[in-house]
Amino acid sequence: MAKVIFMTKTNGAVEVEGSSGSLMELAAANGVAGIDGDCGGVCSCATCHIYVAPDDFEKIGAPDEIESDMLELDDNVTEYSRLCCQIEVAEDLDGMTFVVAN
Amino acid sequence: MMQNIHSPTHSLDLNIVIIGASHAGVNLAFNLRQQGWLGSITLIDSDPELPYHRPPLSKKTLQASDTLSTPLKAEKAYTDNNLVLRLGQTVTAIDKQANVITLDDGSRLTFDKLVLATGCSAFIPPIPGLSDTLDEAGNPQYFAMRTFADAKAIKAALNNSTNKQVVIIGGGYIGLESASSFVALGADVTVIEKQDKILSRVTSSVMSDFLTQLHLDKGVALHTGKDVVEIQHQGNKHLVVCSDGTHYPADFILVGVGVRLNTQLASDALLTIEQGIKVNDVCQTSHPDIFAIGDCTTYFSKIYQRWIRLESVQNAVDQAKSVAQCLTNKAPLAPAVPWFWSDQYEYKLQIVGLSHGYDELIVREDSPTQFSVWYFNAEQLLCVEAVNNSKAYVLGMQAIKQNLQVNKQVLKDTTTALTKTSLLSE
Repeated sequence: MAKVIFMTKTNGAVEVEGSSGSLMELAAANGVAGIDGDCGGVCSCATCHIYVAPDDFEKIGAPDEIESDMLELDDNVTEYSRLCCQIEVAEDLDGMTFVVAN
Repeated sequence: MMQNIHSPTHSLDLNIVIIGASHAGVNLAFNLRQQGWLGSITLIDSDPELPYHRPPLSKKTLQASDTLSTPLKAEKAYTDNNLVLRLGQTVTAIDKQANVITLDDGSRLTFDKLVLATGCSAFIPPIPGLSDTLDEAGNPQYFAMRTFADAKAIKAALNNSTNKQVVIIGGGYIGLESASSFVALGADVTVIEKQDKILSRVTSSVMSDFLTQLHLDKGVALHTGKDVVEIQHQGNKHLVVCSDGTHYPADFILVGVGVRLNTQLASDALLTIEQGIKVNDVCQTSHPDIFAIGDCTTYFSKIYQRWIRLESVQNAVDQAKSVAQCLTNKAPLAPAVPWFWSDQYEYKLQIVGLSHGYDELIVREDSPTQFSVWYFNAEQLLCVEAVNNSKAYVLGMQAIKQNLQVNKQVLKDTTTALTKTSLLSE
């Protein structure tokens, strides 16, 4: 079980809890604003963009080639950007805060 | 062009009824709330399932060990946003003079604004014997792949079948994605396509030939140029018979030969229908209080300068945004660029734009498993189809969206890496 926080643009901090599936699915299941996941989680739409805290980035890992390319569709991309459909929910995410990019 | 008849300001506390709670309808409901809509919002759908993503049906839903839908939004999100969901209910009539709709249980709902997001249904062709394709208990063993119930039934049929023999009628995206999933599940798969090439209506022979070879390599028996004329039955076994006398045994049959638009309500309401429900730039129909979005609509594309109808998640999402902007008195959005994707085996196909009307095609092969097809009309880039190549897809998207010029020499030269700077210019 992992508890994580999404910092949203419209609803402030939203704390959610999950143990499996992708971070995008967890966000969508809890109605986190700004995480649309239009493609259903197959890295095809870039509508689940988050920023990982710099200290957590190594643990989360860098995006693969397809994900990095897809992130370029978003003007707000930074070195800490990830598409959260590509991040699996697991215990090691517990306590992390993710900033929703849009 | 249609007249732009929408009134300049809409009051935000009116009642809105959305018929169809799939990608388009659900997105609209949430967008409206986000944009400050205060009035009631009711979503109605004949499907009893909590609204779900359809694209995973032929992929994840079919392949996963558990059979779960992928909900578009959590149930709680509807409550939190004060959205009324009426699932498992069908609208039977629209009275556009009285602004009232009637549901199949006889109840009536009034609306100030009505949105038709009715989509399409799978077309089941009148092939003799098809509707008699049943198992011994009398359950249908022929399926479409359109709803969560379809995917569940197909999975059950596969699990119950003795030889896992499946025949897919139709070599379109639904048929091919399903074939890929069936192969992953260890089934014996035959695909029968009427045209001489698969996907002939939507792509070039480059992509069609690539996907044909891919499916053959994966062990799919892919037959093109064959017309299915009859289904014969012997107990639990079925035989798909073609006009040239060839026949293929099946435990069950998947039909993926296209769709019928759900335009009956629009037609009863005397809205203008040409290919789909005709809508203007803000998705308003020929009646000022009735809008239409998603697969069931036709609109004039400013990018392609012609009327188009799209069956896609992108179109559903963009048209939903467009209506929300209009009803909340916000500025219209930039013209939408169509995009699509398909996942088959280990290949990710991403498409941006529409290739129709191209006069030049450039294939760039970055590696045997990574390439892209670029479609031009003179210097205008119309479409990019990218296989395992999101870079090409993203650059194509930027070029079409911002109307940038593509340097064809760079594109053809695989020793030069594709970047925005190397490839695109004003």
